[in-house]
Amino acid sequence: MNPVVKLLAQRIALSLLLLLMISVLIFAGTMILPGDVAQSILGQSATPEALANLRAELGLNDPPVTRYFQWLFGAIQGDLGTALTSGQDITSAISSRLSNTLFLAFWAAVIAVPLAIFLGLLAVRYKDRWPDKLISAVTLASISIPEFLIGYVLMYLIAVKLRWFPSVAMINDGMNLWQKLNSIALPVAVLTLVVLAHMMRMTRAAILNVMQSAYIETAELKGLSTFKVIWRHAFPNSVAPIVNVVMLNLAYLVVGVVVIEVVFVYPGMGQYLVDHVSKRDVPVVQACGLIFAAVYIGLNMIADIVSILSNPRLRHPK
Amino acid sequence: MNNHLKHLAREAALGRMGRREFLGRAAALGVTALGANTLLASAVKAAGPQQGGTIKVGLQGGSTTDSMDPALATNQVALSVIRLWGEPLVELGEDGGLEGMVAESFEASADAKTWTFKIRSGITFSNGQPVTAEDVVATMERHSGEDTKSGALGIMRSITNVKADGNTVVFELDNPNADLPYLLTDYHLVIQPKGGMDDPTAAIGTGPYVMKSVDMGVRFVAEKNPNYWGDLGNAGTIEYVVINDNTARVAALQAGQVDMIDRVPPRTAKLVDRAPNITVHSTAGPGHYVFIAHCNTDPFANNDVRLALKYGINRQEMVDKILNGFGSVGNDTPINASYPLFTQLEQREYDPDKAKFHMEKSGYDGSILLRTSDNSFPGAPDAAALFQQSLAAAGITLDIKREPNDGYWSEVWNKQPFCTSYWGGRPTQDQMFTTAYLSTADWNDTRFNNEQFDQMLIAARGELDEAKRTQMYADMSTMVRNEGGLICPMFNDFVDATSDRIDGWKDGVKGHALMNAYAPLKMWVKA
Repeated sequence: MNPVVKLLAQRIALSLLLLLMISVLIFAGTMILPGDVAQSILGQSATPEALANLRAELGLNDPPVTRYFQWLFGAIQGDLGTALTSGQDITSAISSRLSNTLFLAFWAAVIAVPLAIFLGLLAVRYKDRWPDKLISAVTLASISIPEFLIGYVLMYLIAVKLRWFPSVAMINDGMNLWQKLNSIALPVAVLTLVVLAHMMRMTRAAILNVMQSAYIETAELKGLSTFKVIWRHAFPNSVAPIVNVVMLNLAYLVVGVVVIEVVFVYPGMGQYLVDHVSKRDVPVVQACGLIFAAVYIGLNMIADIVSILSNPRLRHPK
Repeated sequence: MNNHLKHLAREAALGRMGRREFLGRAAALGVTALGANTLLASAVKAAGPQQGGTIKVGLQGGSTTDSMDPALATNQVALSVIRLWGEPLVELGEDGGLEGMVAESFEASADAKTWTFKIRSGITFSNGQPVTAEDVVATMERHSGEDTKSGALGIMRSITNVKADGNTVVFELDNPNADLPYLLTDYHLVIQPKGGMDDPTAAIGTGPYVMKSVDMGVRFVAEKNPNYWGDLGNAGTIEYVVINDNTARVAALQAGQVDMIDRVPPRTAKLVDRAPNITVHSTAGPGHYVFIAHCNTDPFANNDVRLALKYGINRQEMVDKILNGFGSVGNDTPINASYPLFTQLEQREYDPDKAKFHMEKSGYDGSILLRTSDNSFPGAPDAAALFQQSLAAAGITLDIKREPNDGYWSEVWNKQPFCTSYWGGRPTQDQMFTTAYLSTADWNDTRFNNEQFDQMLIAARGELDEAKRTQMYADMSTMVRNEGGLICPMFNDFVDATSDRIDGWKDGVKGHALMNAYAPLKMWVKA
């Protein structure tokens, strides 16, 4: 078997195993939460009979191992159960929230990733001169300010004073793509500012690392322009660490944007999860946990695969 | 010239000319600013409600876990949504009186034990079905059944039987109750076809609007119901957006994305009001912020300890610093001037000497533990710190324990002996006392157990002589004030705000925030 295929198969199998272990942790974690689910659904005035009925209905009397496997097989088949609070099917409720979250993350990534890499290249090109210092200062400042504060400041300046974009990023099915993009402009801007610095700094550091190599000197001696040297020779060889950081930030765009969702009233996964945590709606919390874990593991897996494919030493191991 | 001025006023009233421009032109015609403003106000009234357009409202309090079932409604968002599509039998009028909605008229038997409500003839649900007395009976049954989770269950307990009789519905009570129609204004009790037994979440009722789009905890859109029987509802479309974050809600109003918001934070309300296109409205209501002590748990079981705490709180300071002036001082009773049969009792003032005296008299010399959290009321931890300071002046030590928001209502409130909390208030004394001060009430969060009080409460319900009833409620308030576990420093106003795109706000409407949640229906988009 081709060693690369074997390596990739191993990596994917490892990710699946990791996901399985996390599903155990999520299930066990929600099990040991204080409070009885049936009790929290029915409230304080619940009669003992009603509690017993509901427990039987929810299968709370089965041993935990049985319940875990029932839940796991359901989840694999796309059936995440029903929400305790609303009685709705979780899969359909989550799918619209998840698609909103992915929509926001996608557009933030489309802007932030190329911008970060370009700024990183630019910083290397003008290393230790004013463009480098300016880029570093601005991006480091934007990552240091709490994101809700950036949100409020942009909201005040751009939505309230200038009225360019709406302060409430409410999207719904009745809107066309242009209206949706207009609506999410501010959260996308904030998210871009938040994730920019990390990716830009890593791009800069990774490329500078490679720039010390002998073949860069050769390229320079060939008479290539500095930017071409960076783009053609340095960048491909520093892709692995950059992709790692990009993937980490993409994962953050999906699972870490609760605050931005609340500030801009964006109907994504974060607010959905928080609402259900406070109501002790365990099946929804489990489902969200599993999805977030899958996103994190999946993106990291992609980062590893890209690293493997971009590294000749890993592609052709001795 | 006079006609010209009138024309200008009308133009301004219809929004075709700015207010400042009008005042400027009026001044050019030799009219004083005061006179011009008066003229403008009457022109605005003459312009009257405009039909059509869209009113957008930003509301606080909704969650994705909410339900469209009116029985399970618990917050301002759910209440506002119910106002759109549904109606109770009777509703609170703007002045606190009663107006018939689904019921055209109602009357009590001489002993106030049997009440008859006549169903309005010819009205239909939004699905086209005519409204029958059976629907009303089924609605009441759904909210009072053994396994109901309805928020109105407490109200329904005193009703022993509801039956349909032609186009009337007859309520039979276990004890006389002159306030029954007030109880039936409860927003959970909107009339649904077959009582909503088939599908409680269908949002089908007799209201002035029909729900077009529902996204729980996010957004609700409703359009005018063309077959509505009454004249409520001006805008063609009403849209509610749930904006739980205070800053985001205010920004949405300032940016013109919504026309109306509730719960403007008192700290920034004056700043918000300074914006030229926004008006902040403050409405006194029955809601109050409280420190509640269990009357049956040491050290609070000793009334002198409770009195020491009551004398040791600086009410005016709390109104100034916690409410920023958007409220009024409390008097250790849940009743204030917004209740119909109110009597002003002697105001209890901050008196460290008296607090010290009562504390020494009680013989208790330990410290007192107060539990608080951010969500028990806005500014609760700050209020607790102020209380600590004012008690310290009387030589009483108050320890503050900060509890997490999560689980506060299930683990701390109504469980721990001394904590911070809030009450939204109720339309009548009877309802407020029955909910929280009757010794058998589920929500008797001060463990107030007074046999004489209980008897008076039942007796007052059947007392049809208003003067006697007023006196009874004054006596009961005095009992709670002097012996209860309620330390009530302040009544909070509702602070709402509207933009100048809409008109028709009325001050002082009783009930809930935003003109008893009717502002989106009663206001109109300026032409």
